[in-house]
Amino acid sequence: MTNHIDLGTVLRRTLSANLYSNLVTRPTGAAVRGQIESLLADTLATGRALTVIDFSHVQMIDFSCADEIIAKLLMSHGAQGLESYFVFRGMTEDHWDAIETVLERHGLALVVERDTGVEIVGVLTTQERSAWNMLKARGKVALADFPPDTDEESDLVRDALEGLFRRRLIMRANDMYVPVGELA
Amino acid sequence: MTTVIKVPPSLDENTFEQVLEHVAGIPEDGKMLLDARHTEWASPYGLTALLTLGQARRTRATFAAPENDKTLSYWSRSNFFYYAADVFELTGVVPKRAAAGESPVLLPITPVAGSEDVHQVVGHIQDRAQQIMAKELKLDPKAIVGFAMVLSEVCQNIIEHAGQGGWVMVQTYNWQQRLGRRVVVISVSDAGVGFRKSLESATHRPLPDRWDDAAALEAALIRGVSRFRDPGRGQGLAGARKYIGRWDGKLSARSGTARIAIVPDWDNDVPLVEQLPYFPGAQIQVTIPERAQR
Repeated sequence: MTNHIDLGTVLRRTLSANLYSNLVTRPTGAAVRGQIESLLADTLATGRALTVIDFSHVQMIDFSCADEIIAKLLMSHGAQGLESYFVFRGMTEDHWDAIETVLERHGLALVVERDTGVEIVGVLTTQERSAWNMLKARGKVALADFPPDTDEESDLVRDALEGLFRRRLIMRANDMYVPVGELA
Repeated sequence: MTTVIKVPPSLDENTFEQVLEHVAGIPEDGKMLLDARHTEWASPYGLTALLTLGQARRTRATFAAPENDKTLSYWSRSNFFYYAADVFELTGVVPKRAAAGESPVLLPITPVAGSEDVHQVVGHIQDRAQQIMAKELKLDPKAIVGFAMVLSEVCQNIIEHAGQGGWVMVQTYNWQQRLGRRVVVISVSDAGVGFRKSLESATHRPLPDRWDDAAALEAALIRGVSRFRDPGRGQGLAGARKYIGRWDGKLSARSGTARIAIVPDWDNDVPLVEQLPYFPGAQIQVTIPERAQR
């Protein structure tokens, strides 16, 4: 199931009488994350969920808010082992400074949707990046293409794909890996 | 007995130390008159720190307003007297508060006590400052967004660590003699617990052997240490430092008896000063210069 969450709308709902579209301060970030979590609670109960987090109507985000919303959302869903995927839409250079800082701080990566398609940004190993590029170019990759213990290179690709899946940066369906955004 | 302390003619982060040296000799509940009659100029740091000084006194100090009409008018339009009336006994002719919208200041003195105040401050800067910062300081839009982020983080420092409200002010200046360029300055000041006590309240981490105000400032600003167990904490000031470095700016923070500064090439300040007269809370100043012509 795919959810679309407009952060601008959530922000306005979170802060009464807020005239601005800025994601600033830690309490605001925590409140917005709480709203997102409650929106996702029902869909996650049914199994796999893909959520598009839309920054299009957010003017700016500061470090504290980026930590509360993005880092904690990714980390909490990862720690719970939920099959919960996120694609970030409408993210501009204005948002990137704060987001990059928190991704680096926590060793996280995320999927962003751009005009050119989906990309992953943040902290990734060389193997993970190569595996992502291969997957993006092919559109999907069968697990069977990389049987375990075949050769070192095959093992590296398989491990990297598995690592990306565990980080919920790619999906696995019917013994195939696919980029997250492709199913959005 | 009332001790009279002359406020220097030009009040900024350096000359404010002269005021504090005199204040250090007065008991907390001792009577004090701050004589600013001959003061002609004050930076955002000077004005916000004066309010903090008034707030920190157990016995309300008296404040003699500047006699210079222009100074008086500027301080009034900066909201200084509006808030000074809460923390000082004001003497002299003090103008009425200017109507909203009349202020020549990028962000007049604004109290910061909660998250909603930070939203207001950031929103105000975005509304008013974009054009000024782009045209006068030739900063590109990315730098302006970063500026709002820094402003947000330094204001949040008050909420997260001070334990009580503080003030923020933002203004642009022409630093023709000192730098040959215009600058935009953020000043944030509070009379709270300060960096050292805030970090001491963390129970999850032992304090290092050398522990004083300077060590606390260094931990918070340079290493991003926070009193919270949450590993995401402490990014605000560290992120602000990264932004300030990228735009050739200066960051200084004073707390307790020490002052630390991230000093750019264009300034000759020292990175660390210790054994200053005690001043409660934290005072942070950010200076971003006009983009140099290439």
